[in-house]
This record gives sequence, structure tokens and C-alpha cells, in this order.
Amino acid sequence: MLHATEVLGGEAYDAQGNFVGRVSELFIEPADQPNRVARYLLGRGKYLPLLARYDQISSVAPGVIKLNVEEGDLEHFHSNEAWLAMRKDLLDQQIIDTRGRKVVRVNDVDLAEQRTNGTVELRITDVDVGLPGAARRLLQGLASPAFIRRIQEKLPARTIRWEFVNLIEPDPLRRVKLRITHDKLESMHPADLADIMEELSPAERQAIIASLDEQTAAEALAELDSRLTSQIVEKMAPDKAADIIEEMEPDKAADLLANLSPQASQDVIGELPGEEAREVETLLSFDQHSAGGLMTTDFVYVGETATRAEVIEWVRGREEINPEQLDTIFVIDGNAKFSGDIAVGRLLMARDDEPLAQLKSQPLVSVAPDAREKEVFALFDKYNLRTLAVVDASGRPIGAITVDDVITHLRASL
Amino acid sequence: MNWTSINERTEELQRRATHVRRRSRNLWRRLALLGAVLGPGLITSNVDNDAGGISTYSLAGAQFGYALLWSLIPMTIALYVTEEMCARMAVVTGKGLSDLIREEFGFRPTFFVMVAGFLVDLGNVVAEFAGVASAVQIFGISRYIAVPLAALVVWVLVLRGTYRQVEKIFLALCSFYLAYAFSAFLAKPDWLDAARHTVIPSLQFNSNYLLMVTALVGTTIAPWQFFYMQASFVEKRIGPRQYSQARADVIAGSVSCMVIVFFIIVCTAATLYASGHRNIVDAADAARALVPLAGRWAGLLFAFGLLNASLFAASILPLSTAHVICEGLGFEAGIDRKFKEAPIFYWLYTILIVVGGGLILIPRAPLWRILVLSQVANGIWLPIVLIFMILLINRRDLMGSQVNSPTFNVVAWVTSVAMIALTLVLIYFGLFHPSAATGGL
Repeated sequence: MLHATEVLGGEAYDAQGNFVGRVSELFIEPADQPNRVARYLLGRGKYLPLLARYDQISSVAPGVIKLNVEEGDLEHFHSNEAWLAMRKDLLDQQIIDTRGRKVVRVNDVDLAEQRTNGTVELRITDVDVGLPGAARRLLQGLASPAFIRRIQEKLPARTIRWEFVNLIEPDPLRRVKLRITHDKLESMHPADLADIMEELSPAERQAIIASLDEQTAAEALAELDSRLTSQIVEKMAPDKAADIIEEMEPDKAADLLANLSPQASQDVIGELPGEEAREVETLLSFDQHSAGGLMTTDFVYVGETATRAEVIEWVRGREEINPEQLDTIFVIDGNAKFSGDIAVGRLLMARDDEPLAQLKSQPLVSVAPDAREKEVFALFDKYNLRTLAVVDASGRPIGAITVDDVITHLRASL
Repeated sequence: MNWTSINERTEELQRRATHVRRRSRNLWRRLALLGAVLGPGLITSNVDNDAGGISTYSLAGAQFGYALLWSLIPMTIALYVTEEMCARMAVVTGKGLSDLIREEFGFRPTFFVMVAGFLVDLGNVVAEFAGVASAVQIFGISRYIAVPLAALVVWVLVLRGTYRQVEKIFLALCSFYLAYAFSAFLAKPDWLDAARHTVIPSLQFNSNYLLMVTALVGTTIAPWQFFYMQASFVEKRIGPRQYSQARADVIAGSVSCMVIVFFIIVCTAATLYASGHRNIVDAADAARALVPLAGRWAGLLFAFGLLNASLFAASILPLSTAHVICEGLGFEAGIDRKFKEAPIFYWLYTILIVVGGGLILIPRAPLWRILVLSQVANGIWLPIVLIFMILLINRRDLMGSQVNSPTFNVVAWVTSVAMIALTLVLIYFGLFHPSAATGGL
């Protein structure tokens, strides 16, 4: 196994044994093969640099490369945006470790040798983010390769397999050329994705949000620090932003819009479909630190004379219900007034023919939209609630406050 | 059954959402934003007035009277220019300075910058604990009790995570240095003379004078400030919208720092220089400058201010250094991580405090040599960091349209070259004539 630091800077000799140049860069062609070193850039001082192809290498050792062709057979260097450059794009840059779910910096790259009919191909196996790589980078050129190898064996290794590495490239065109996809990111938990995004630069964050599908982008934005979220959304085109915000829950969408500049907020709301726009504007009209500001307008309410069986049938028939909303179901009486809530546990244990009126939790707890946060938190604590109903002056439910929002707001004030 | 639409119900409430509420929310929000952004500039400027700073400025006033006041305005400009570059880089790239250096210049340069930084900051930490020792000396407490106690307090404060709250307390207590302003007024200096010296340079070309100028510059503009400030702005997630508030913070910091320095120099010039106490050696001497204001309480006032500033700096420097080194070299860092998760970070932090405090306690430690050597390291470190910063800020691919304007570049380069020249002077004296390096604590 070789390391990139051992190959870079090495001397290249052609088939006759003549010195050709020093290896100054290694290129990978992701469109062709995702992990093979496709080209070796050989610098020749004041002469134009040359490129050696992967099938022109006969042997590679630390500090020395032997070609199986003559110097005249090598092509001249021409840069290509579709090539991934080891030194420029990989070493010392940040990458996403999709398995460890964090952002790390590349110290060195591990290469495996593969012999095929008289040529040697180097393939990337791992990325080194630990002390051995750091030691190699420090001592490369200053000490003999053997000495460096002895030192690195004593240090704890930290590597990431190449298949778990996600490159970060702000330029969308180059992303396509380098075949950078973020499907691994899409299967990550949004909170982990948000953590990763918090460690990147603004341009990189923008790039990742742009390349995710709208559902994942919405979930990630909901978990991201609100300052960063507003920066990201303000840089997006309003219609793209609206597409993402549509996928968010109304209260999270309202929180996000509340943090934007008034102009940006108006632009985005203007792009939302009518119903979503109205919901969000409703929520925005409340003070952020009141019950109205905490609540979401997405909740499930059913008449109290319905039986358990009827409710389950009805819920199953509705496609757009988010299972998380079913944690607590609101119950309304004949006048559409809030008359209680039912925890999903009670629904589970009830008999099919039991009317909902008998399953309500006691006592009846609800708040007005202008209630202060402190009062809301106190109620959650006192009655061990998971959801709290927000009712208007005539007692009709207009929103629900869920415990995860309570926790977020409590932590923010810590 | 009356399934009236919920949305219709809430339209009533929407009508009640008054414009007044929205508008007052905006004003509060703007003030809150300013408050949230303010900090890094003010903090770095206040930490400038720590043990080393006070000694240097007092010495400047006591030895040369008003003759060095002319350097304040150029120094304010230099401070603003360099710190603003850091703020701008933080806003545009969202990365810390050590991250940028690593990504653009590679591992080895970063490693050497970090090593130099570690040594310089170690020297600074020694100076802070020396400040603690001299402050408690005025109270009559032995340094062997005070320094370990202070080290323990600082160590625990940061690790218990209460640092943020305490930072605000430290900052508030830093207003104690206004005592020098009051004392300056009470000492009835010749304000016209002072003003004249501030605007018209009166250069002397002897080694002491040059050294003092260098020491002044070196204690005011230190590379750790750049790393700290950029990292703080990144941590506060300052975006392009808040850039003007960040710049206001930098201006406020630079100006307030220099104003305090002005009053310290005038105060010591009007009291010590005028009365002939021109060669002050310790804190008690500097405290005497406060007698016009505080009489016999001068010592206490001074000691308290010095203690506060030294503890403040001793809390910030090791933490910031450990952070910067770990992030530059790719190790886990942060006090929100456990020891096992970020061992190098915690070790660096602990070593800085233990060695820094420990050196003060060794009976005949060559403190002087150490401080001089740390100044020399600073002299090597500062130009390199400055050059890196200017190179980075002119990179279009990093900064987009926010690269330096040509005028700004001229000012930045002139500042850097001047500082490099001065620090070379200090290195020369530090290495070859260490006894002549009087200032520069």
C-alpha cells in the first residue's frame, strides 16, 4: 500500500531509465473510474509539464515511478475540470464522512497497487484523517520514507473508506463533471446532516442544499441553526425556496420566514401556493414568544361521537397525514369547540366501538394564542403533555404545540 | 356538525396583529442583533490592556512623557485595517483563519504557524500569571498561593462551561481602566501639549525609543487576536447582512483600546515622568500613577484592575490557542466535547495553563529571558501571519467581490511592512542585546 504523500514529489523515469520529471499532481477521472489514478502530472522545471497515463506506469515505489514508455510518448499537460486533483482538491480539504456523519479534513490518501499485464494501477482505498497522515505530511521530503513508515506505525490510525467519502464542491457544473452525488446524505438523519452543514463554508452549504431533494432539504433546514438557515434561503431564488418551504411543517416554515429580511420573506411567501401561504402568514402574525408563535396549524381533529374504528378508517384514508401528528388527536364537540385530546396510546388500547368522548385525557388543558411561552412550558411540565391545544376566543382549536418545539425553545434560552 | 374552517377563525386574530407590534419587533431585533454581534472586537481590545499592556504603556509614559503619543493614531489605523480583514474573511468564507491557511497553503506552513503560535501564547500566558502575581503583591498575598489558585479558577471556569457568562462579567469589570482616565484629569496634565504630541510625531533615534515603539506595537497588535476574532465571528455565524455590525464592533474595539492607552500614557506622563519616577520596575510603581485620583487607594484600584485583566486574558488565550491549533491541524476541539473525544485539545489547554503558571512559581526562573524569547517568537510569527492574511484576502476565488480595494491593499501592505521592520528590530535586540529589551512584557 502506498500513500499519496509518498508518490507526490517522486522522481519519474522512462523506459530507458532517463529522468523525466517529478510527480507534482495525481488526477482521478470520476466519469471513467471513481477511484483510479488516471493521470500523473510530471513537472519539468521550466519546461512544459507532461502527463503520464495509468497504463504507462510499470512500477511505483515511494519516491520513484518507472514508466514503460519513452518520454516522447507522453502527452503534454492540459487541464480538465472533470479531473479530480489529489493535491488541489483533496489534500488539506474538508470532506464529508458519510458513515461517521461528520466533516473531516484530509491529511493523506491511501493507494492500493493493482498489477495488470505489466502495468501498475493505483487505486484510492482510504482517506487518512489521523496522525499518521499528519506525520507523513510533515516529514515528507525531510526524512527518508523508511523512517517515516516506522514513525507512523506507532500512531493511532484514523481512515475513512473512499466509498464513504463525499466531496464538497461549491460549483454546480464541476459537481456534475466530477459525478458528485449526495444520495448518501439523503439517507442520513436530518439532524446529522444539519450538524455537517454547520461546519462548512456558506458556499458549500448552499451547494449541498441545492443538490438535495426538496424533502431532505426541508428537513435539514428545519434542524439547522436559524442564522444559517436565513443566510441560505436569502441566497436562493424565491421559487426554489418556496418549493423547499412547502415541504416543511407550517410552524417550522413560519420560524424560518420570521428570521428572513422582510423583503425576502415577502418574496418567498408570494411563491407559496395559496393555502400554505395563508397558514404561514397566520402563524407569522403571532409573537414568536407566545403560544401562537410556537404552534403549528397541522393537527388532526375529529368529532367526539366518532368511534375508534371510524377514526382509524378515516386516518388511513387520508394520504397527506404525517404520522407524527397522530401522537395526540384533538377532539371537538358539536359546535366545533375543543373538547379534549386523546393520546395515541389510549386509542391503541381502546375497543373498536368506543366513542372518542370516553377516551379523552383529564383535565381539559388548552391555551390562548397570546399566552406567554413561560405559561406554555409550565403547563407541559405540570401535566406531562406531549401536545397542547391552542384555542381561539370561542374555544375552537386553531393550533397545536408539540413537545419537540418546547425543548428547542427551552434550550435556546439556556 | 359545524365544520367551519379553522383558517377563517384565525383571520380575526390576524386582523389584530398590529403593525405596531411588527415595527417594535424590528427595533428590538436590530438592537439585539448589534448586541449579539458586539463582542470579539471589544474583547480583543480589552485583553490588549492586560498585564503586559499596562506595563508597556505605563513605561512609555513614565520614560518618555508625551513623546510616544503620536504612534497612537497610526496604531489605531493599523489595528482596524488588520482586524477588519479578519472580519471580512469570516463573513465571506465562513471559515477560521487557521482553516484558510491550511486549505490554501498546505500542512507544513500551517504546522509551523501553529507551533510558533503555541510558543508565543505560552509566553503570553506566563505574562498573565506574572500580572496576577504582581497584582496580589499589592494586597500582600504571596504569589505561591495566588497563582495556583488563579490557574485553578481559570481552568475550572472554562471547563465547567460557564465561560460565556463570566466573559460578560470580565468585560464589565474592564471598565475599571477608566480609572486611568479620571486619574489623568485629576493629575492636571498639559492637555495642549499632549494633543500636540498626539498629532505631531517627535521621533528620537536612540535604541530605547525604537524599542519602546516596537514594544508598543507588539503588545497592541498580536496575531492571536486575528485568529480569535475570525473564529469568534464565524462562531457567531455573521452573514453578509450583519457585516456592518461586525465592522462597527471592530471600530469600537480599536478606538476604545487606543483611548484607554492614551489615558494611561497621559496619566503616567503627568504623574511619574513629571515627578521624576522615570524608571518604573513593577506594578506598585504603575499604581502610584493613580494617586492623584485615588490617594492611598491607588494601589488597590490598580491591583484590582490588573487582576481582572490578567484573569480575563488567562482564560481567553489558552482556550483560543488550543482551539486554533486543533482546528488548523485537524484534531477534535471544543469544550463541549469530553476529554476522551478531544484529548489533544484538552492537553494543549492544560499544558498552557500549568506551564504558564508554573514558570512564575519557580524561584529564580529566567522570566525575563522567557518573555523576551516570546517576543522574538512573536516577531517571527506576526509577519508570516500578516502576509498570509493579505494573500488570502486578495484571492478572488475565496473572497469573490470582497477582495481588498487597491487603497486598502496599500494601507494593509504599508502597515505590514512597518510592523515587520519594527519586529525585526525587536528580534535583533531580543537575541543580541536582551538586557536592552526593557519594554515588551
